[in-house]
Amino acid sequence: MKIKYLLEKEFKQFFRNAFIPKMVIIYPLLVMLVIPLITNLDIKNLDICIVDKDNSSSSRKLIQKIDASNYFVLDKVVHKYSEALEEIENGNIDAILEIESDFEKHMTNGTNANIQISANAVDGLKGGLGSSYLASIINEFSGDSLASVSIQHKYNPLLDYKRFMIPALIVILLILLCGLLPALNIVNEKEVGTIEQLNVSPISKLQLILAKLIPYWIMGLVILSICIIIVWLVYSFVPAGSLFTIYLVSILFILIMSGFGILISNISSSMQQALFVVFFFMMIFMLISGLFTPFNSMPQWARIFSSCLPPRYFIEIMRDVYLKGSGIIDLYPKFLILTGFVILINFWAILTYRKQE
Amino acid sequence: MNNNDSINKVIKVENLTKKFGSFVAVDNISFEVGKGEIFGFLGANGAGKTTAMRMLCGLSKASSGKAKVAGFDIYKQTEEIKKRIGYMSQKFSLYEDLTVYENIRLYGGIYGIKEKDIKPRAYDLLENLNFLDKKDALVKSLPLGWKQKLAFSVAVFHKPKLVFLDEPTGGVDPKTRRQFWEQIYEAASRGITIFVTTHYMDEAEYCDRLSIMVDGKIEALDSPQNLKKQFNVNSMEDVFHTLASKAKRGD
Repeated sequence: MKIKYLLEKEFKQFFRNAFIPKMVIIYPLLVMLVIPLITNLDIKNLDICIVDKDNSSSSRKLIQKIDASNYFVLDKVVHKYSEALEEIENGNIDAILEIESDFEKHMTNGTNANIQISANAVDGLKGGLGSSYLASIINEFSGDSLASVSIQHKYNPLLDYKRFMIPALIVILLILLCGLLPALNIVNEKEVGTIEQLNVSPISKLQLILAKLIPYWIMGLVILSICIIIVWLVYSFVPAGSLFTIYLVSILFILIMSGFGILISNISSSMQQALFVVFFFMMIFMLISGLFTPFNSMPQWARIFSSCLPPRYFIEIMRDVYLKGSGIIDLYPKFLILTGFVILINFWAILTYRKQE
Repeated sequence: MNNNDSINKVIKVENLTKKFGSFVAVDNISFEVGKGEIFGFLGANGAGKTTAMRMLCGLSKASSGKAKVAGFDIYKQTEEIKKRIGYMSQKFSLYEDLTVYENIRLYGGIYGIKEKDIKPRAYDLLENLNFLDKKDALVKSLPLGWKQKLAFSVAVFHKPKLVFLDEPTGGVDPKTRRQFWEQIYEAASRGITIFVTTHYMDEAEYCDRLSIMVDGKIEALDSPQNLKKQFNVNSMEDVFHTLASKAKRGD
């Protein structure tokens, strides 16, 4: 088994590198500890100004209710709209709620009360989500006497954005490290010239590629384990499904990414070129695979495009297992697709690796 | 040529050509190299020496012509050729972040030397080089001359029929070059054919036979003595200048 000698070499080189082994540990630690706290799309602490023209007990009750929610910070209550407008123009507040003077009358009669919400939509997401939160508080308030609508958020009952992001962050880490490092490894051998010494030897392409794949495959599984442990220890968030399913799908996905890295290194003659191509694809993988934005809200053409990218399936499986507790049987079509990608990309990588120019 | 002669030829090249687009890097060259011979490939930078050598090693695909290396066809049997040759490239070819012994072990392993044989053979080699105490030193810590000696030893570690050396002594002083050539002679005496490209004239003098390439063509091919006689000059330097001055290609 000649591959034994190549693997020995790869591992020795990996651990002798002053930087890469440290990065493999520190990078996931840092990302999993810090990023979930930052990338939060929940809107909290919106500054709000209320124009209370009614000044009744009902309007005061509504104001209290809004003030009590942790989504809003009541800046001040004024009686004229122009005063509130000045506040929003000065940037002191994010939204205005205007309660008309006939508010209490309508409430007691059970007719439509007039309430106007104006939100600063410079940050569209904040404005939009803020006003819809506000609307739901008002609906709930006015509905106290009428029929109330109940919404239940399945699988993520607290609508905790962290739970949505954590599986995605694991995916990002695996995309980055398992795609980039093999590409750089081979291109480095090309630049230094040692690859030629391997190409002039009778070793087969398959063994050469496998010797490059296997170390990064193991590295990917180590990164995954670090992530799972941190998420469990720090966020008390464990997969609802089985760890076995998570490891199985990750084994497939890491092979896809490393094969992809090798594919890129085959067509790149310099480090710069390889880096540029890898980053181009990383960008596409991250933005079009449903990592941040839901797959179903993409335009039709983007959904078709996204379906050709392996990360789309991986992120869906990771979220399903982590949040819904899905098992292999529920997910087998996606497993099959990923297996297809493993075969396709690695076959392609072996095919494009040239021992001869 | 009698049959016996033909068997003893390790390299046979006929009208070998390599084109990159419209640029003809190697233009219709033909030559033969006998067993145990030290065959020098001389030429200015860009004359096509390295390209010609890379075709024979199976690293580069020939555009046209015929060639056999160690009896195998360079188009169809490159993997058979690769088992039987050693190669030391212009670019330094050992792994700098592996130790001396680890490098020998790696190349021994991928050329199919048995696990139990690698260690004793590696220790023999290092002892002959007077290098045993440095076996656990990282290659990057060695001086260039030592790296080159080691690279050569690694290239012949699997006992190839012939070894290709592409400007093996670039960047070292004449004394170190001299020592390197002692190693080459020693290998040749064990029956290993040496195919070496160079542009150092003192090295040219050490070769049994020389071919001088100008603009992708072989302009002269004979022993150093005969070449000097043929061009009626006293040194290889003058032979080379007479021929190289005809070159149209720049560097």
